[in-house]
Amino acid sequence: MIKVDKYPTVQAVDEFARELPEEVRQSVYSASKIKTEKRVDALWRDFPDPDANRRLAGEIKQHTLEHLGDYLVAAEARLKANGAEVHWATDGDACNRIIGEILRANQCSRVVKSKSMATEEIELVPFLEKQGIEAIETDLGEYIVQIDGDHPSHIVTPIIHKNRRDIARSFEREGLGEYNDDPAVITMRARKFLRGKYLQADAGITGANFISAESGRIVLVTNEGNSRFCLAAPKIHIAVVGIEKLVPRDKDLSLFLSLLARSATGQCLSVYTEFINGPRMAEQQHGPEQMHVVFLDNRRSEVLASNCREILRCIRCGACLNVCPVYRQASGHGYREVYSGPVGAVLSPLLHGKKFPQLADLPKASSLCGACNDVCPVNIPIPTLLLRLRDKAKTEGSPAAAAGTPPMGAWSILASSPGTWKVALQAGKVMNLIPHSFLKINPAARAWTGSRDLPAFRGGAFRKWLKDRNKTANNPPQAQQ
Amino acid sequence: MGTCLCDAFFDDVARATVEVLDYLGCDVRFPEAQTCCGQPAFNGGDWKAARKVIRHTVKTFDGELPIVIPSGSCAHMVHHGFSLAMEGQDDADCVGPFSERTWELTDYIVNGLGVKEWQGKFPARIALHRSCHTRGSRTIDSAKILLSSIDGLELVEFGEQEQCCGFGGTFSVAFPNISTRMGQLKCSHLLADKPDMLAAVDMACMLHLGGILDREGHDVPRLHVAQILRDALKKGGLL
Repeated sequence: MIKVDKYPTVQAVDEFARELPEEVRQSVYSASKIKTEKRVDALWRDFPDPDANRRLAGEIKQHTLEHLGDYLVAAEARLKANGAEVHWATDGDACNRIIGEILRANQCSRVVKSKSMATEEIELVPFLEKQGIEAIETDLGEYIVQIDGDHPSHIVTPIIHKNRRDIARSFEREGLGEYNDDPAVITMRARKFLRGKYLQADAGITGANFISAESGRIVLVTNEGNSRFCLAAPKIHIAVVGIEKLVPRDKDLSLFLSLLARSATGQCLSVYTEFINGPRMAEQQHGPEQMHVVFLDNRRSEVLASNCREILRCIRCGACLNVCPVYRQASGHGYREVYSGPVGAVLSPLLHGKKFPQLADLPKASSLCGACNDVCPVNIPIPTLLLRLRDKAKTEGSPAAAAGTPPMGAWSILASSPGTWKVALQAGKVMNLIPHSFLKINPAARAWTGSRDLPAFRGGAFRKWLKDRNKTANNPPQAQQ
Repeated sequence: MGTCLCDAFFDDVARATVEVLDYLGCDVRFPEAQTCCGQPAFNGGDWKAARKVIRHTVKTFDGELPIVIPSGSCAHMVHHGFSLAMEGQDDADCVGPFSERTWELTDYIVNGLGVKEWQGKFPARIALHRSCHTRGSRTIDSAKILLSSIDGLELVEFGEQEQCCGFGGTFSVAFPNISTRMGQLKCSHLLADKPDMLAAVDMACMLHLGGILDREGHDVPRLHVAQILRDALKKGGLL
């Protein structure tokens, strides 16, 4: 994790990218590029107009957000009718406390959990460990992050920044066998270790990819089947669900599941898709005896009230990270928060509440190329939201956001005073006489000329040509005063 | 609208734009008071400064005539940025009608004037950079329609066509390392199949790609689509 200097001349994300080892950059770049290509192949192979699907999914999610209060009430009623207990957590601390109390009340000391960004957001595992509870991540990537004391660098593929040699070394260190970097061997070792943990666990903690307001059904998608194992042996299931995870009806899930898998990994459907109705019923022999659903707000209602509410449509597919040229150079860790890439550049500062200015540089980490909007399965206008947050950062005076951006006040006076503008265009030719080495006094000029040339300044040349042409020609074009 | 980058660096692009529109029979006017669309401040987050320039631009181009811009990003600024920056302002209404009569040059030629084939000749293999701010607009399709119809002109395919050149306005100086890497990657793709020249529909991309190519000593010519259209007419003896 990196620190933002008080008045640096380049942005923190850029500094991070510069220091990133070439091997890591290559891992992130290649994996992101492959996933982007697989996504395009899958969507255009299977749908006549994938963009229509994205727009529809975006509208359904937006509708859900506009009526979130009603849908949450409906979901709570259905969940209770299904036999689940429903809890409401205003923030991360409250959510952790609720989970801690459930575990304590049931004398649980061992927990297995499946992948969930919401639990990363609230730092649930470190909280549980402090309470003396063993909490094991069972998604292979997350498990590796856990044993390395690292952080996920991607929403879907948390160890996109690691290679198999790194992982083999970690496994050797953890006593999971001698060094062996064969992916099949690594996977089998993890499987053997984790299966023991599933059987010993008192509770299984999951997130939720979706929850249907109509039926209270929780939907979990994985490729490793680990969330299924988390619910197979333990007597208690706790699901941490961001309040934005709702969809109105079960039938909406066909659209969202087909978009999620294709957008995330280029699969038609994830290997495992589970629909969980509630705890074990009287006539059932297996499954958790208790099911707890903890709805997590953690400033989501503040985001809902803001002019960036569309970001809450996000279904965490990671497609915007994969396609983003900045993410590909900076990796997820460059964004300093759990959510990285374009979605993280919007969401992380917003979820920071009053500490927004500290992360207000993240919305600047974009060339506004718009690729993120093009690939988003719920059609979030990410560049628009990044721009709104840049305005917010400027209005609130964030030094982190201001770093490296030339001040625009004087320029705006120049650009709205036509007479002065024309004089400046003429006078600007003097720039051609200044050696580039002199330009280095100005931080912005230095940042440009470090790696790029400037073309010759030709201020006023077009206007002069136009004037000369109009003098000699009887016909337009004419200059208008 | 001539754009600030044409005013400062790319005078021949503005000139080619006038010549092309003139050839098509348009009566081209150039309001002298014009400066910039306000995009640098808008993208840089200083919306107060941007609004000042937006208001000036709207006032300068007062009237009913279509406004044609040889730049995908300035057209995008007018179509999207103006209304965003003016949200909640008392005079926000002024940008709607302005935006409706604003066109990017190739979009105007193909969809405004209905010209779908270009006369003249231009024997060259050209790699056309798509310029990100044309996403969601008709510009890049229009540019391809015009260029591919020119006698002798071949558009070259290249990898990662959707990827950005790395300019992004103030992004290029606030994020010099990432921006440069993006530009270098773009250049390597554009040059992979050894095209005779590179083309774009936006001077900002040309400024960035050109800056990198010049620094690395590549002398491959870079032209704006307006210049290719004009030069095709000249080579065909039509201008």
